[in-house]
Formats: sequence, structure tokens, C-alpha cells
Amino acid sequence: MNFKRPRSLKDKVTHYCPGCGHGVVHRLVAEVIDELRIRRKTVGIAPVGCAVLAYDYWDFDVSEAAHGRALAVATGIKRVKPDLVVFSYQGDGDLAAIGTAETLHAANRAENLTCIFINNACYGMTGAQMAPTTAIGQKTATTPEGRSPQEGDGYPLIISELLARLRGVCFVERTTVITPSDVLKTKKAILKAFLNQINKRGFSLVEVLSPCPTGWGLSPQKAAEFIKEKLSREFPLGVIKDEA
Amino acid sequence: MKEQNKVFITGNEAVGKAAIDAGCQFYAGYPITPQNELTAYMSRQMRKAGRVFIQAESELAAVNMVFGAAAAGARAMTSSSSPGISLKQEGISYLAGAELPAVIVNAQRGGPGLGNIGPSQSDYFQATRGGGHGDYRTIVLAPTSVEEAYTFTCLAFDLADFYRTPVVILSDAIIGQMAEGIVFRPPSRKYSLPPKDWALGRAKGQQNIIRSLYLGERVLEKHNLKLQRKYRLIERKEVRFRQHLPREASLLIVAYGSMYRLAKDIAVELEGKKNKKSVGIFCPLSLWPFPYKALAQACARVKNVLVLEMSYGQMLEDVKLALGRQKPIYFFGRAGGEVPEVDEVCRFILKHKLI
Repeated sequence: MNFKRPRSLKDKVTHYCPGCGHGVVHRLVAEVIDELRIRRKTVGIAPVGCAVLAYDYWDFDVSEAAHGRALAVATGIKRVKPDLVVFSYQGDGDLAAIGTAETLHAANRAENLTCIFINNACYGMTGAQMAPTTAIGQKTATTPEGRSPQEGDGYPLIISELLARLRGVCFVERTTVITPSDVLKTKKAILKAFLNQINKRGFSLVEVLSPCPTGWGLSPQKAAEFIKEKLSREFPLGVIKDEA
Repeated sequence: MKEQNKVFITGNEAVGKAAIDAGCQFYAGYPITPQNELTAYMSRQMRKAGRVFIQAESELAAVNMVFGAAAAGARAMTSSSSPGISLKQEGISYLAGAELPAVIVNAQRGGPGLGNIGPSQSDYFQATRGGGHGDYRTIVLAPTSVEEAYTFTCLAFDLADFYRTPVVILSDAIIGQMAEGIVFRPPSRKYSLPPKDWALGRAKGQQNIIRSLYLGERVLEKHNLKLQRKYRLIERKEVRFRQHLPREASLLIVAYGSMYRLAKDIAVELEGKKNKKSVGIFCPLSLWPFPYKALAQACARVKNVLVLEMSYGQMLEDVKLALGRQKPIYFFGRAGGEVPEVDEVCRFILKHKLI
């Protein structure tokens, strides 16, 4: 097999930190778009956060959205141009804090959209503050003693499980990208989430537990261990819903 | 035009009819009084016309859906009333930054906060100064009748597309909820609208990006200067106003929107009292760009100027900018959902010997 750069990915060095998951997931999205031959009719919504510059790496149309509003913007695009393949690429703060309402209601309307949800359990871009998905006990810039539900920091928000309960949602899977087999599973899930949209099946979401070594203050290897030992216990991997 | 072609319709519905006639393909809204007639109208008519209507989960979602539809090249509109328009400011700033065309309708009500559902003109500052964060302006059109609610909304879509900028229709609970008999005559198009080759999903080979983020050194400044050049062009080209200036007028009332109607009644009342046409009226139709020069010229012909608003003096500041210290400027305003009465304004004019 010939390992090449996908057509949907530009020949560019990313600005992401060593060990970050964004580069891997960008590539997987690009590979899937190539394989489905939909590059010219795909529109991505870039998040607010580290991946806002995704359009510098992807070679298809991309729109920014205000923080949290990606699925509202995606809804507007898809409804006026149903033949386009529209996906949002969002972080945990974007999708599950400031944009919870937009996320929940786009899903509940069964918008025929694909959502790639990057969960790195912190606000990486702004200096690794607590996210809705920060693990209990996890130290961040705004939980210096570790996240404490007893101190009022709340619990890790299992947004994917919540969304899976909605009738408008057809597919939810949680994966990670810390081993080659995880990467392959993630690609399969992303492929399915795009195929569901092409087949007009409604709302699909793939949550990727994604390492943020810089934000977590860990080496890339230790960050992978953190996902394996800690984060994937709060957020169990696997298919959460599949009605496609 | 034949009388039987007249339709009795509210201002809010006339805005909706205009949007349909102007080819609006996408509308998203959220219920709030006093603009509910518009949302209800759009829910019926948009789907009937094979276009998109969404009752959004919030004002924020509605304006961001409009952002998406506009980014995909569609004509798109949202509407609300004052508290909801505050929520939409995020999206309006992003629309302006990303240079996306859209129409935003504000049927103003009393504020601040939840205020009440009476008519008001207290969102003038917000509408004419940008409203959200960053250096931007939106074109603001203020209809004085149901007919103008229709024609201005038709015009707003053309202006939005021509300049790639959000356009605000600033009405209020009076203009929005009152019904008048009108004939639907879309204004003749005077703008040649370029193809939207910047929009998403064109599949022309090049990558289209809709953005308002510019991180590099001086890159955002360059973008800002481009926006400013556009705003200067709009200030030169898109000033709109109406004036009635009888030769013997000694007082000029400056009023917009529904207060223009009150000013007309006041002029008639005082003409009866004084037996001469001593009151002129100047009515800005575009609140941004504001007709500074035309107002200054009109004021040069009278002794006194009275600004009449349903606020505590917001347009007043633009009138002061137009006139400087060249003329005494009086102000009469009520807000909080209350409408000034003809009698009390006449008494004010006579008491201060403005005519």
C-alpha cells in the first residue's frame, strides 16, 4: 500500500503541539472525504480553539463559526444547500459548554449533519482551563487542586450519552487516537458518520478522546497513558448508539 | 394601481411578504413580542414557497443559522425585538466581520432589560453604532409605514448583497403591529448584484473560506481598513431621508419611524392653531448612514429644532453632530413603552415659543 497525503489535506506543516490529536483526526477526515469522493461538495465548520485554522490544512470549503455555534451555522448551510456534505469539527468547550444548546437542538431536529467532537478534557487554546469534560481530580489552570464536584466544579459531562438518547440522533461513537488500532477505529467511525449524512440518516457524532500533552503538562507518552488509565474510564470507548 | 389590489396587513407581515418577494431562501426566528406576526407569517409562507423556515432554540442560534445560510450564498433573514436583538449582536458582529449579507429586523420594545412590550426607539444607539464588538456599522433603515416596511425590506436584501454587509430594519411595536392597506410593489432594482463566487459549496476548484479571524501582524488591520472603505462608500451613496419644509416654517421637527407620523399630526394641529404652516419635518429614513448634511441644510432655514423620539435622546446625539452649536436644539422624548401625545408635544412647543 502506498502511504500518500490525501488530496483533501494540504501539503503544510501544522501548528499543533507534539502529541496533539488534531493532526491525526484532520488526516482521518481528509482520508474519508477522499474515499467518498466528496471533496468538492464538502463544507467543514472550524471551531473556536486550536483547530480554528483547520482551513489552512484541509483543502475544501470551510467556514468559521462563533464559539459554540458551529451546528447552528452548519444547519443554515445544509438547509439551503442539502446536496453539500456539511460537518462540524468542535472541541469540548465549544460543543458541550458554550454551545450545548446549539448542539442539543441541532441533534434533536435530526439535522442531517456530521459532528466530529474532539474531547481533550480542557480548553487547550486558552491555557488549559477546566472544560465540561475535565476528569474528576484533573488539574487545570482553573482547577489548580484538581476538579472537585464537592467544591462545585461539577462532573465530567457525558454529552455523547445524553445526545444518544435523542430520537433525532442516529449514530454516536466514542473513540481515541492513542494506538494504531484506535486510529483505525476512529477512521471507521468517521466514515460511518459521513455515510449516514450521504444516506440522509440524520445526526451523527463521533467523539474522539484526544491527547493534549501541552495542556495536561504531560509528555506525549504520558498523555496517551492518561487517556487509557483515566479519561476513558470517565468516557468509555465504543459505539453508544447505532440506528443507521 | 387598482384599489382592489390593496391588502390590509400588519407591518410585521409586510416585512415577511417583502422577504418572500425579494427571494429570501432562509428565515430563522424565535418568539418574542411584538414581532410574533412575522415569525408566524414566515412559518406559513416560507415552507409554502419551498424555502426554509426554522424556529430556532434561541436568538443566538437563529442569527448563527442565518450566518450559515448567508455563507452558502442564500438570501437570509432573522427578526426579533429589543432583548432578542441584544442576543443577536454576537452574530451581527460575525456577519459584518465575515462580510456576509443578511437582513435583521428589530421591532423595538421598551427597555432596558426585559422592559415591556410597548413601542420604543431606545435601540437607536445599538443599531446605528454597530451594536456588537469591533469596528463595524450596519446599514439601518427605519420605515414610517406598513408600505415602507415592505419596500425597505425589499431594498435591504439588495443593499446587503451589494455591499456584503448585514442590514437592519429598525421598526417598533407600532409599525410592526398596526395594519394598513398597501399594494405590494417591489422597488425597481438599481443595484447590479455580482455573483456570489465567495460562497461555500461553489465547487469551482478554489477553496472558499468564510472567516473573521485574522491573526498575522497587520492582517486584521488591513481587513478593518477594507471594511472602513466600504462604510465610507455607504455613507456617500446610501443616505436616505424625507423632508417637508414649508417656506414659513420656523420650527423643524426631526423624527424617524413611527414618531414621523406623530410629527405630521403635530404639524397639522399647530397649523390649525396658528393659521400658518410654521412646522417643518425632517425624517431620516436611513439612520446609518445618517443624513447629517441634508439635516444641516434643512435646519439652516428655520429658527428652532425639536428632536422627537421614543427614547431619552439617542438620535438627538446625531442631530447635535449634524448641527453643532449653530441652532438651539430642543428635545421631547418618552420611553418605557409610552408614546408621546400630540397635545403634550404641542404644549411643549408653545411653552418654549418654538414657533
